[in-house]
Amino acid sequence: MSVLAVIRPDSWFFPLFLHIAGAMVVVGALTLASVSLIVSWRNGSAALIRQAYMTLFYFALPGYIVFRVGSEWIADKEGLADSNVTWIGIGYGVSDMGALLLIISLVIGGLSVRKMNRGQQPSPIAARIVTGLVSLVLIAYLVGVWAMTAKPT
Amino acid sequence: MYDFLLFVHVLAAFLLGAGVVIYTSFVLGGPVVRPSRTVAEILWGVGGLGTLAFGVWLALNRPEYELWDGWIIAALVLWFLAMGSGTQVSRNVQPAGDSAVAIDRRVAFAHWMRIVYVVLLLVVMVWKPGA
Repeated sequence: MSVLAVIRPDSWFFPLFLHIAGAMVVVGALTLASVSLIVSWRNGSAALIRQAYMTLFYFALPGYIVFRVGSEWIADKEGLADSNVTWIGIGYGVSDMGALLLIISLVIGGLSVRKMNRGQQPSPIAARIVTGLVSLVLIAYLVGVWAMTAKPT
Repeated sequence: MYDFLLFVHVLAAFLLGAGVVIYTSFVLGGPVVRPSRTVAEILWGVGGLGTLAFGVWLALNRPEYELWDGWIIAALVLWFLAMGSGTQVSRNVQPAGDSAVAIDRRVAFAHWMRIVYVVLLLVVMVWKPGA
């Protein structure tokens, strides 16, 4: 498998590039959102809560779409779309769970941003819930990075 | 051994990318607070060193690669360029509390160039031209 990973047809490169670049943006966005929300626990800063939610919307969501399109494309090219291989299963599991938790976080974040736009304070409970969800997705994606590189069978 | 080296090399690349995303938020006008900036610096630093160290180790570990292969030299050049731009950005983006920091145009340019170098680095790593 390792040797196969090194020697790839040229047509695989662009989808693989999209897959990795999108995943990098998602991981970066989740990291920033987690840190901003955790810092906001202490000082209740609305600016940091807004930064976290905006990061999820403007970076994590587009990054996820690019990552997922890339993953489907490269899996199709490699003939792995319907594969029962363990590392593919881990990848899809992490990706699907991450999408669900990201959507929930975006909905909660969107409601909080709307509240802030009306001049109200954002809910600290909502911020804590999103911190938990986003941190969980981040850890899951790091497991995904391990599965994609170590390729456990 | 190859799988482990590839994992830590790619993980380091993800840390590097995460640092770039956080700095992009700062450059676009997001609040720069000390903890976020510290995390960005750690991610950028650890990611940078990790990609270089484990990348070189990977090249030495694989018989089909040599350190003087064109694509590896290109990657090393891009890595140094990215680190140079990153240092310039790090020096000039300082914590300022909840309010957005006014980023100097030259610093913003250095940041966008860093993104270009990192993207090109990823292109070289995925395509491995000439390998």
